[in-house]
Amino acid sequence: MADCNETLRELQTYLDGELGEEAKQLVDEHLFECTDCMQAFDFHAELKMVIVSKFKPGEMPTDLMAKIEACFGTDLLSGESASDAGNAGETADR
Amino acid sequence: MADRGVFAEQAMQYAPQLYAAALRLARNQADAEDLVQETFLKAYRGFGGFEEGSNLRAWLYRILTNNYINSYRSRQRRPDESDLADVEDLYLYRRLDQLEHALSSRSAEDQLLDLFTDDEVKSALEALPDAFRIPVLLADVEEFSYKEIAEMLDLPIGTVMSRLHRGRKAMHKQLYEFAVGQGLVQRTSETQPQ
Repeated sequence: MADCNETLRELQTYLDGELGEEAKQLVDEHLFECTDCMQAFDFHAELKMVIVSKFKPGEMPTDLMAKIEACFGTDLLSGESASDAGNAGETADR
Repeated sequence: MADRGVFAEQAMQYAPQLYAAALRLARNQADAEDLVQETFLKAYRGFGGFEEGSNLRAWLYRILTNNYINSYRSRQRRPDESDLADVEDLYLYRRLDQLEHALSSRSAEDQLLDLFTDDEVKSALEALPDAFRIPVLLADVEEFSYKEIAEMLDLPIGTVMSRLHRGRKAMHKQLYEFAVGQGLVQRTSETQPQ
């Protein structure tokens, strides 16, 4: 079984769901036995959720969707890249 | 993908998400709007390079982040500082211990939600150098996997992990500073037990 240090080293990878099966099992076994580590894992799992919840996306400007669609539209009508190359140039030069 | 029309239709559903991500990356609305439009133009022109059946959202984010890194970051004069002071493991956790006991009737998640404002969490992330900020954004806000982030940023997975983990720890330290600044927790001595 992994000790506390080995377990805590894997904390972020574990909570990201990126730990391999074997390593995950070692962490799980340790957490089952060790309240201190379990609390630390719990805390970070909650912190992670709190952080995501603070980043609620704002509204997209109403005209932006139309601008994006216009790019597609122009391109579809004129066939190839002449028109969108022009658009990209304008945007980049802004 | 069958044709450009189909592609445009499928890609458009990600426009609001991409705009939100662009706003987080560029930090201002004008650049974010340009960034999203350029991303869609590039995607539209390059859709032949999109492998059908692979993750369209991840592909669009890759174009977005590369566009930001290659043109906007230099415009905003943000150097790719790849240095960040190391923060010890469990920095925030160990220092918030006192708070947990004080408010133990509620769940830790509720306490944390109230402890930090949206703006504080955002500015803790903002404070990171881009080399760390972008992986943290992609993992924690956009919820991409290590592998997807590595592909997007063209970095080895190990580098992504290391930057992500260090970036988060630096962010947690900043959050602690906010809590101390607000008088919500008392600064614990630097010589920590445990």
